[in-house]
Amino acid sequence: METLWGNPLTALTITVVIYVLSLALSNQIRTPLANPILLSVVVVILILSASGVDYVTYQAGGKLLSFWLGPATVALALPLYRQLPLVLKNKAPILAAVTAGSTVAAAAAVGVGRLLGASHEVVLALIPKSVTTPIAIEIAHSIGANRELAAGFVIATGIIGAVIGPECLRLVRVTSPLAQGLAMGTASHGIGTARAIQEGPVQGSTSGLALGLGGIATTLIAPIIALLVG
Amino acid sequence: MIKSMGILLSFQLLGELVRLAIGWPIPGPVTGMVLLLLALWVGLVRPETVEPAADVLLKALGLLFVPVGVGLMQYGHILKKNGFSIATALLVSTVAALIVTGWTAQWFQSRRPPERENCHGNTLG
Repeated sequence: METLWGNPLTALTITVVIYVLSLALSNQIRTPLANPILLSVVVVILILSASGVDYVTYQAGGKLLSFWLGPATVALALPLYRQLPLVLKNKAPILAAVTAGSTVAAAAAVGVGRLLGASHEVVLALIPKSVTTPIAIEIAHSIGANRELAAGFVIATGIIGAVIGPECLRLVRVTSPLAQGLAMGTASHGIGTARAIQEGPVQGSTSGLALGLGGIATTLIAPIIALLVG
Repeated sequence: MIKSMGILLSFQLLGELVRLAIGWPIPGPVTGMVLLLLALWVGLVRPETVEPAADVLLKALGLLFVPVGVGLMQYGHILKKNGFSIATALLVSTVAALIVTGWTAQWFQSRRPPERENCHGNTLG
């Protein structure tokens, strides 16, 4: 067993296979709670704990996957480019909404976390919680926050947004499909976008757009909030 | 596929270069994304050229998140100690962001000058 984990192939294979199975399962169950990322993370952690393998050993294979988050972030330019006509027609609402939403997301998380006595390490890692993981990891790195912790908050935020987003928006009478999509993408990045796509084509595409723009907005806002947190 | 992968990697590298060269605070991949968007816009790069690798990576995005999420196993003690504050902070901030983004977009849309609305504009608002 030990010699097997010494080979990065083991961690890589287990991660890919578990993800494929989780994806199949979540397609069957069709509830936002059965999120393939959440399922995979939980199952992989359980497997590692049961085999007494630590994170550093796992990462020899895991980093082969996480490396590609960088090029994947660059690739977000393509869906952004495809939404350019819609974007240019609605520049003001999009920019104002995404900037306001990104600021509120980070500020509220930090504010509530501090109010309830979360540790400084936790509060810093809460700042990039609403942006897509590759960008969140980069932001966490640049403001000196814990990357894994930040990534965990990102995934949890995505799942929360995907589960309650559309119902929450209907409750507060956000009826414009453009506004709904922007809200889902800004508040809960890619995982929220996956849910927004089920709501309709405008919601899906504008959510994807907000995911990219919110990432840029938060990159600019994060250092300021980090300074305020001290 | 190889060509499109080369383009994505080159733009990421370009982004890293900008960060190192001028102390730019924005992460390399984010700068790379903006530069690629500009390149697509001005026609320097055609969308079909980057499509093969971009599609594969964006479809696999969920899988790429998993090893990072597994990293949470190192922080069980932090999560146990701060569990309530973390859960509340995540829930409150997500609801706040949803409402503020949605309301702001809707408010701006409703205030758009009527002469710029097309005949279907009202169905959007």
